[in-house]
Amino acid sequence: MTFPWLTFLGLLPIIGGLLLFLPMGKGAARTLGLVFSVATLAVGVAVAVMRGSGVDLSVTVPWIRAFGAWWALGVDGMGLAMILLTVVLTPLVLLAEWEPPAGRWSAQTFFALVLILEGLALFVFTSTDVLLFYLFFEATLIPTYFLIVGFGGERRGYAALKFLLFSLAGGLIMLASVVGLFAVSASQGMPSYLIGDLASLRIDGDLGRWLMLGFLIAFIIKAPMVPLHTWLPDTAAASTPGTATLLVGILDKIGTFGMIRFCLGLFPEASVWVAPFMMVFAVISILWGALAAIGSTNMMRLVAYTSVSHFGFMVLGIYAFTTTSQTGSIFYMLNHGFSTAALFLVVGFLAKRRGSYDINAYGGVQKVAPVTAGVMLLAGLSALSLPGMATFVSEFLVIAGTWARNPIVTAFALIGVVLAAVYVLAVLYQRTMTGPVTEQTQKAFEGRDLTGIEKAVMVPIIAMLLFFGFVPQPAVSMVETTAKATMEYVGVTDPAPVVKGAK
Amino acid sequence: MLLETLAAPVAATGMFTLAWTMIAVPAVMAGLLLLAGKLSDRWGHLAATAAVVWSFAIAVCLFAEQMMRPASERAVSAHLYTWLGVGHWTFEVGLLVDQLSILFALLITGVGSLIHIYSIGYMAHDARRRRFFAYLNLFIAAMLILVLADNYLVLFVGWEGVGLASYLLISFWQHKPSAAAAGTKAFVMNRVGDLGLLMAISTMLAMFGSSSFEAVNAGAAHVPPLWATLIGFFLLLAACGKSAQVPLQAWLLDAMEGPTPVSALIHAATMVTAGVYLVVRSHAIFEMAPIAQAAVVIVGTVTLLAGAWIGTSQDDIKKVLAGSTMSQIGYMMLAAGIGPAGYAFAIFHLLTHGFFKANMFLGAGSIMHGMNDDVNMRHFGGLASAMRVTFLTFSMGYLAIIGFPFFAGYFSKDHIIEAAFANNVVIGLCALLGAGITAFYMTRLMLMTFFGEKRWRQGVHPHESPKAMTVPLIILAVFSVGAGLLMNWWIQTWLEPAVGNHAHDISLIPTPVGWATLLVVAAGVAASWMVFGRGSIPDVAPATKNPVTIAGRNVLFGDQVNGFLFTHPTVATAKAIDTADVSLIDRSFDGAGRAFQGLSTQLRRLQTGYTRNYALTMLLGVLVVGAVLILSQLG
Repeated sequence: MTFPWLTFLGLLPIIGGLLLFLPMGKGAARTLGLVFSVATLAVGVAVAVMRGSGVDLSVTVPWIRAFGAWWALGVDGMGLAMILLTVVLTPLVLLAEWEPPAGRWSAQTFFALVLILEGLALFVFTSTDVLLFYLFFEATLIPTYFLIVGFGGERRGYAALKFLLFSLAGGLIMLASVVGLFAVSASQGMPSYLIGDLASLRIDGDLGRWLMLGFLIAFIIKAPMVPLHTWLPDTAAASTPGTATLLVGILDKIGTFGMIRFCLGLFPEASVWVAPFMMVFAVISILWGALAAIGSTNMMRLVAYTSVSHFGFMVLGIYAFTTTSQTGSIFYMLNHGFSTAALFLVVGFLAKRRGSYDINAYGGVQKVAPVTAGVMLLAGLSALSLPGMATFVSEFLVIAGTWARNPIVTAFALIGVVLAAVYVLAVLYQRTMTGPVTEQTQKAFEGRDLTGIEKAVMVPIIAMLLFFGFVPQPAVSMVETTAKATMEYVGVTDPAPVVKGAK
Repeated sequence: MLLETLAAPVAATGMFTLAWTMIAVPAVMAGLLLLAGKLSDRWGHLAATAAVVWSFAIAVCLFAEQMMRPASERAVSAHLYTWLGVGHWTFEVGLLVDQLSILFALLITGVGSLIHIYSIGYMAHDARRRRFFAYLNLFIAAMLILVLADNYLVLFVGWEGVGLASYLLISFWQHKPSAAAAGTKAFVMNRVGDLGLLMAISTMLAMFGSSSFEAVNAGAAHVPPLWATLIGFFLLLAACGKSAQVPLQAWLLDAMEGPTPVSALIHAATMVTAGVYLVVRSHAIFEMAPIAQAAVVIVGTVTLLAGAWIGTSQDDIKKVLAGSTMSQIGYMMLAAGIGPAGYAFAIFHLLTHGFFKANMFLGAGSIMHGMNDDVNMRHFGGLASAMRVTFLTFSMGYLAIIGFPFFAGYFSKDHIIEAAFANNVVIGLCALLGAGITAFYMTRLMLMTFFGEKRWRQGVHPHESPKAMTVPLIILAVFSVGAGLLMNWWIQTWLEPAVGNHAHDISLIPTPVGWATLLVVAAGVAASWMVFGRGSIPDVAPATKNPVTIAGRNVLFGDQVNGFLFTHPTVATAKAIDTADVSLIDRSFDGAGRAFQGLSTQLRRLQTGYTRNYALTMLLGVLVVGAVLILSQLG
């Protein structure tokens, strides 16, 4: 039997996290945490390399036979993208939160919770058994909850509860569908929660629609789409930047990830049926999120709202049902993780110095701390999908792919592209970085430009965004396999060029 | 018919394999200077200048090689790498060095080199000079991507890239709130135009499965008419944003907040003419879309008058020149919209304008240099004797723009006016009127700046600028004089293989329209002299009830219109949405929570309660699962 790499990948950070609950010095704890996260990164890269060279990494071990539940893990293109996102971001988040805010729980606990969360997230992205996915999906809520409650800012209790209630509500609805799936599967003979087995049932008709909706609502809450998004800005504003990065950059991706793997992957007919509505909802999210970002004065809320807008693009691409748009959406999931991490973390660096997330508390920072300003500008340019950034490639694929399916819906979505320029440059950058240097800015930033650790956090993120902006092919090829498989399973073909004979 | 005459580009050999370094060298230099930080403060400006001179040298070599080749082998494509392939679509990164793009490359790198050299003197005392040069290099690289791309998507990369460079340079002095706001405004308004290009590219992909010039040109004839028209309008929207054409013109005057070399390079000679390039490059589409073509003509005509109108009533020398730029680009758009008869003239005027407008902007910078950065012409006067070189070079630009016989603008603008008359008499008359207004406002500028009494403020001692600044002025002045004569008998034939136009006979002796133009220009000069040349210039703009003047001074109320239609509604909606999120949607959820789960009481209690709550829910979930499983087993 080969080594269970995927199980090991998820367990490694969880073991690290549990170890960190043992009493030890603060310095040792942080180092140990970082070592575990880097080790996980190494295993993640190894998994990517092995998969690239054709090794079958999947594990399928019977778990609870009566339920048809399996300890089943596997990795496809989209899963691999999410794995890489998770293992790369986690050590960077640990570095960025090297000094968690004083007066809260200890740094040791923070590192422990982050590692446990990483492990659970990795299992979420690798589970190929619906029940297993559901359990890990719910389990990620626990460390996230404590990360908010233990380390957040004002109103963290309210925010954590809100997060929990929204997520639980979604989870319960999904649970109904999970149970329903069992019933359907059992009625066919041997019950099985394996995605492969369930997919071959092709659950269509009313039953398929109801079961699909159960999953979809949970994922809509997770990937927050308007109007079920209000928990996100509150939660992000009350979290530390590192927690917000993990929450929005990685965990919210479970929403779009789940739409592709479970909604489209188990209920093809129902997903085609719901697609027009989802496209409209996606456009509403794009515009609503962007406008709300423009109206924000709290930078954490602002960044959270930009994500609402960007998730709208991802959902739009998924439900446009073209290979291009879906590939764009999955690639967007990866890029958005890095892009939003860059924004949250740089906002965190600002707040660490000035002690406020209020945009109006800043002004003229560029003059005193040019590196900070430059990094924020780059992060912002990535958020507004400037060509050269990876986000542009993904946004363009979503737009062009969706346009081929439905130009009118896409035209509305495109307004979000202009609004992105407004919230990044006119709101976030111009108000904080430009203008005369205020007295408070002088005091907070004079001689306190980015530290070595902070640069070490930002450089890989920005380098990655630029690299995939110019050389997107490796990542695109990786995730395209999932899009192609999904398209084929659902049975939708790409629109052919209108002009015949064009190449 | 026409399309068949377009020769397919040949593969790159020899010097052409180095074409990519034109882009790479300044791009890498920009990155290097920004990353190296203070280490490169001492030599950064020289390295940046060397980088753009390198690009210019390559461009000259490529041009020479093209000249030596037969016409059918002049268009050269150089494939660089595959950006990405997904589904049925493949996006290549490749360059097309053809008769059209090489002219742009020469203009961008040639004028660009001169402006780099000029900036060495102009920015000598700026603490952030290195950063300035890095941004300039970034601009050169992006602009070259724009004009050398062999497909629309890579063109778009350059298109937004120049938008970024323009943003960075307009708001270069970003500690000034006005500069920061102007940069943002330019970027956002440009983004509106960029939507047009995104939609055009998306449509091309849906139509042809490709956005390469080759595929689009080949397929244009087979596009359903509605879609051809739409692509035309999308491209026009893009062109309006980048080229400050009505209705997306309002950013250009504010863009003058940037350092003056930036205004010369980006907001006069090169970037703002990208819209004209886009229309000419997309001629195959426009020829299938007569309605879109007519729209281009109308937009060009409206803008040429609007810009000239603005030019008559501004007191800021740079804003007069900015209005004039709008107006001249209006001429180019007009020509580009006319069709095959106008393409070469659009490009011809674009090139001569690039020379004489860069000349005058740099001249304005030289004046500001001598006048402690004052831009108000009411504080100038009598500078002809104080700044001889600046005066003489500026005068060459002046004669060129008003179309004084045998100066550069004389040839290029006359052709457009004639073509406009051939197209439509009303359009022709508008173009003719524009020429008169141009003569009027440019004469006003000359009189207020260089002649009359000295209205200098206290402590201002005008002096001629250093050599680094005057030498570029002299070179540009030479081109302002001679560029028309140089290209008049050549450019149509040269461009024919790229844009497929038909050469006309060009003679030196003016046609009737040509004579009329001369008369109108003379009238404009005379009228201006009557108003501004004889009496004294008041220290502040005299109060007026003349609606024409008021509108001109207020830049035709472009900001107010945009504010009323877009900015205020957007801001109001954003505020409303933020409020709605908190008070409407949230309250209803909180309310639901209160009703069903006693949320509000929980909220006020200890946090530990929530975890219990969670555990309880989990337990409930497990119980439900268990119950269902057991039930199904029983059944």
